[in-house]
Amino acid sequence: MMPPAFEYMAPTDVDEAIDLLNRYGDDAKILAGGQSLLPLLKSRITSIPYLISLSEVKDISYITDGKNSLKIGAMTLDADLEYSPTVRKNFPILSDALGQLADPLVRNMGTVGGNLSHGDPSNDLPSVMLALDATFKIRGKSGEREVHSRDFYMDTFVTALEHGEILTEISVPYWPAASGGAYVKFRKGTWNFSVAGVAVQLQLDNEIVKKAGIAITSMGPTALKASEAENYLKGKKLTAENVRHAAELVVAASQPSSDSYGSVEYKKEILRRISVQAIKKAQTRAEVK
Amino acid sequence: MSNLKVSITVNGERKEAEIEPRMLLVHFIREVAGLTGTHVGCDTTNCGACTVLLDGRAVKSCTVLAAQANGKKVTTIEGLSKGENKLHPVQKAFVDKHGLQCGFCTSGMIMTSFWLLNKKRKLSEEEIREAISGNLCRCTGYESIVDSIQEAERRMDESEEYIEEEIPARRGR
Repeated sequence: MMPPAFEYMAPTDVDEAIDLLNRYGDDAKILAGGQSLLPLLKSRITSIPYLISLSEVKDISYITDGKNSLKIGAMTLDADLEYSPTVRKNFPILSDALGQLADPLVRNMGTVGGNLSHGDPSNDLPSVMLALDATFKIRGKSGEREVHSRDFYMDTFVTALEHGEILTEISVPYWPAASGGAYVKFRKGTWNFSVAGVAVQLQLDNEIVKKAGIAITSMGPTALKASEAENYLKGKKLTAENVRHAAELVVAASQPSSDSYGSVEYKKEILRRISVQAIKKAQTRAEVK
Repeated sequence: MSNLKVSITVNGERKEAEIEPRMLLVHFIREVAGLTGTHVGCDTTNCGACTVLLDGRAVKSCTVLAAQANGKKVTTIEGLSKGENKLHPVQKAFVDKHGLQCGFCTSGMIMTSFWLLNKKRKLSEEEIREAISGNLCRCTGYESIVDSIQEAERRMDESEEYIEEEIPARRGR
């Protein structure tokens, strides 16, 4: 299937891409890996007269250890982040999510920045970044700004990115030693979106939760932060009863709708169960460290 | 819309062409380079029949613009065998272990296997199944495909120099 015709531009640096975005206005869009955008174009759900590809921009694909955070260039391939030793060691929650993102072939072409800025509530990385308290570096005509992940997702396919702006870097803060996280996703086949996904990051102090980051995938108009569940766990031991109650609060934060993936009740039951799994897995990983 | 000039190295040969920007890599391979071993299956990023290597990574060529591959190297199923009638061990293992029935998914399945085995060895069955999770086969039930990949791994381990065998001439029907 052929996408509707478009002009294709491949600038070699970010500022040139920003200039092009500004020149063509609403008719232009950034093409990262294309693993979400090309299927949308091919099925003619959308058409974009000017595609500005970042494939020739060399300096926005990197994974580096910063002082307080891991810095990920927006054009880093999902697969590169998945196999990164520092991610495996410090952010198993990210490895979990990347290892279940679409399929290995899509991850070889898809990018981290593309996944995050597309704004699809079924994408896995947004909820992981919400759980980890990541911040996004955004560049536009008038310079650079930082947006916290919790302020980034506004509605389905709508993010804090203004027209003419590009997400250039993701900054994931390092969590203290006794921390661990997990991402659990429920789907039927790699080609399907998930019924639900949940990201949980915990910091423990002598079995007591010091800080919790929890967010959910495929359960509303955007990835959603489960703030009440996060606050509830703070200062508590992870007893079976507390974990169950926290999972209830995660479900309360969800806004699923009934569709071919299941009814509202079914989706909530799935989310309830995977939330318990994710909290327990995160706890185990936090305790090992 | 203005055409684009691209240059893509396919199986070691540079192919230059002026294309419509919307041309997909799979069509560049099949229609410009004339290599029809790469199949268009579902055309919706699900089935993996169109899998090729782009700069050494297995990707779905129906979901890559030819323009995105400009200046890059592509390896297709035709690039694996060394000369006519000389199959790569992965190909040979698929033949010997009945890794195909109708054959439609096979070139994609083999390209993913080739990428996987060049990246990692000592694979568990689970790792193999996860690696081919983006390649769909509607005939085999995957058992014989997993067998083929395990057999290919053994053969590639045995010899740095890939075993090359002539395909016997086909007899009868």
